[in-house]
Amino acid sequence: MWKNKTMDTELLIKNGRVIDPANNIDKVCDVLIADGKIAEVGKIEKQVPNVIDATGKLVTPGLIDIHVHFREPGDEEEETIASGSAAAVAAGYTSVVCMPNTKPVIETETDVEYVHRKARQARKTHVYTMGAITKGLEGVELAEMGFMSEAGAVGFTDDGHGVQDPSVMLRALKYASMFNVFIAQHCQDDRIAGNGVMNAGYYSTILGLPGMDPLAEEAMLWRDIQLVKKLPEQKVRYHAQHISTAGSVELIRVAKKDSLPVTCEVTPHHLLLTEENCSEYDTNYKMNPPLRTKKDAEALKQAIADGLVDALVTDHAPHLQSEKELEFLTAPFGIVGLECALALFVKALIEPGILDWPRLISLLTDKPAKVIGIDKGTLGIGKQADIAIINPETKYKIDINTFVSKSKNCPYHGWKVKGKVEKTIVQGEIRYAS
Amino acid sequence: MAFMRKTKQFNWNRKHLLGLRELSAEEITYILDTATGFEQVSTRSVKKAPPLRGKVVVNLFFEDSTRTRNSFTLAANRLSADVIEFTQKSSSVSKGETLLDTARNLEAMGIDIVVIRHNAGGAARFLSRNIQAAVVNAGDGFCEHPTQGLLDVYTIRKIRGSLEGLKIAIVGDIAHSRVARSDMWAMTKLGAEVTFVGPPTLMPSQVSKLPVKVSYSLDEVIEKVDVINMLRIQFERLGGNPFPSIREYSRYFGLTVERMQKAKPDILVMHPGPINRGLEMESEVADGKNSVILEQVKNGLAVRMAVLFLVNQAAMVTKEK
Repeated sequence: MWKNKTMDTELLIKNGRVIDPANNIDKVCDVLIADGKIAEVGKIEKQVPNVIDATGKLVTPGLIDIHVHFREPGDEEEETIASGSAAAVAAGYTSVVCMPNTKPVIETETDVEYVHRKARQARKTHVYTMGAITKGLEGVELAEMGFMSEAGAVGFTDDGHGVQDPSVMLRALKYASMFNVFIAQHCQDDRIAGNGVMNAGYYSTILGLPGMDPLAEEAMLWRDIQLVKKLPEQKVRYHAQHISTAGSVELIRVAKKDSLPVTCEVTPHHLLLTEENCSEYDTNYKMNPPLRTKKDAEALKQAIADGLVDALVTDHAPHLQSEKELEFLTAPFGIVGLECALALFVKALIEPGILDWPRLISLLTDKPAKVIGIDKGTLGIGKQADIAIINPETKYKIDINTFVSKSKNCPYHGWKVKGKVEKTIVQGEIRYAS
Repeated sequence: MAFMRKTKQFNWNRKHLLGLRELSAEEITYILDTATGFEQVSTRSVKKAPPLRGKVVVNLFFEDSTRTRNSFTLAANRLSADVIEFTQKSSSVSKGETLLDTARNLEAMGIDIVVIRHNAGGAARFLSRNIQAAVVNAGDGFCEHPTQGLLDVYTIRKIRGSLEGLKIAIVGDIAHSRVARSDMWAMTKLGAEVTFVGPPTLMPSQVSKLPVKVSYSLDEVIEKVDVINMLRIQFERLGGNPFPSIREYSRYFGLTVERMQKAKPDILVMHPGPINRGLEMESEVADGKNSVILEQVKNGLAVRMAVLFLVNQAAMVTKEK
């Protein structure tokens, strides 16, 4: 790998509130970067040519989003690995994990290498990818998980679909354990969800739209947990993606109490929005899993407060405006989320006092790193210098027109929020500065 | 207008008729009163009135329909509008022009009112936000069919004078019925008590949150109601297998001569059509003395004239502003 300019030089971040949850650090001090790595954390008197004054700012490990869709290969008009990576660093994310539901699906080692090559060319954020559990995401035959993990795939998922057949899922969990990689599931029983386009409930009834019952998610999550239970001798790791219902929270609660190797993630939209937002048929509120009820959102917040959630993710899902300008029934699912993510988590979790900053940062750094099994998300000495510098007091209005992402399908346009990333450092190099 | 019955002073200001959920009882009553005025136009030898002269109405139908489309066409013709018929089978995977593009293209031709039927709930509302013309919903998915709801309450009111205190059963596939929803909003707003009757597999999600009663037994309900509206089993919308057989469905939810014995003698039997004879209703009942099915069709014309007239009026006021 070629060296970048700042790798040889030193960079000193002075006087910020350094939050490094993995090392239990939360204090005002300095961070010295040398050769792209963390050299020292503490009171540093050394004179170096490059100094960032971080007074009043938070200095945290670079954020990690383990659930994004960058649409490349196949739908480059919506997003590319380059544009998505640029959006990620602009939001403080130094590592992201792409989902494999591209065209073609990421299901061979060549596909994995393609994503990595595009990411290297973009040179913005670290881009990881997951591979498909089954060929073509069809839920029938296992994809080549061995080759893909050798090529660097961090885990496997058929995201966008759940693996419907329990025998296939059981096989996937067993087989993946051989490579010590995790299996992630988009929990959705298609037979229950049917052709639903929003949560099944009062609003789907009065809006005359087909609904997806929460049970579609919960039934599959329950089933998967039973499968995990059956495999105590294997090193299984199971991750429930974007859980959205109060019922799912309870299933996770029990699984964790039983010390099962089960993790889960939550998106900001399932914390901040509800099915009621679909009332005007605005397709920017059409997502999968669908927006649920206030009770579900409260249960998710409680789960986060109780430490049941392992990662906060965006499920960044770019779509063209022309696709979102369709009837609610036919428009695609998903919204972009990277560039307002931090502020939304602040609104959902810090402002109501559910989390303090160290706990929030942990769910955006070391905890997701642990889920996917990468050595990142900390400011430990010798670790790669991936850092976000955040001004927690900056107030601003979300404006989709300022998004670096190629797509603007976002329901938060015009929201007044607080907390903004000012600088993003990847491998010791400043890749974004506001 | 000479042909309008005198009504209370009321300022109608809706340029679109998208659903009955958002209408007040006063607004619904105002439409019904306006329709009463229009009813006699159809009885004249020259069946035409001038209020929409020089206006263009587009029937934008993405789903099969015979009676609703014909009724709207005739209503527009009687008000002297020019009518364009646009019929296209829509499909979620269709690679064709989007709904929005179709509507914008028609609008470029200078249309005034779009009457839309579409398989997606919210399609009419979506259109109303994106084009300048007035929009009338002629059925969107299983959300609403407001003119059907209006003609149903019009028919009941005409015969019974008022809906206040009446007990009304709506029977069948409630989950997939836009008629059930529009009826529910209109009837309850006008003071009737509505009961949805059908198997639990054909009830919508959280039906208990709706302003209706729910029953799974037609036999229990039929004795008590003043009006019974039998929905059509819409085979094209039924997913899966919500009941085991037509035979069994008819056994529990069909309106048979035998079941009619238990009903009040003056019960009104309604059906939005087209009827599956022998399935939800036996022919003898459909054609029997309690049936007001053809009366509904007749009243539909007057109601649609009133709706076109009112939205056009509101659209002109908006334009002047």
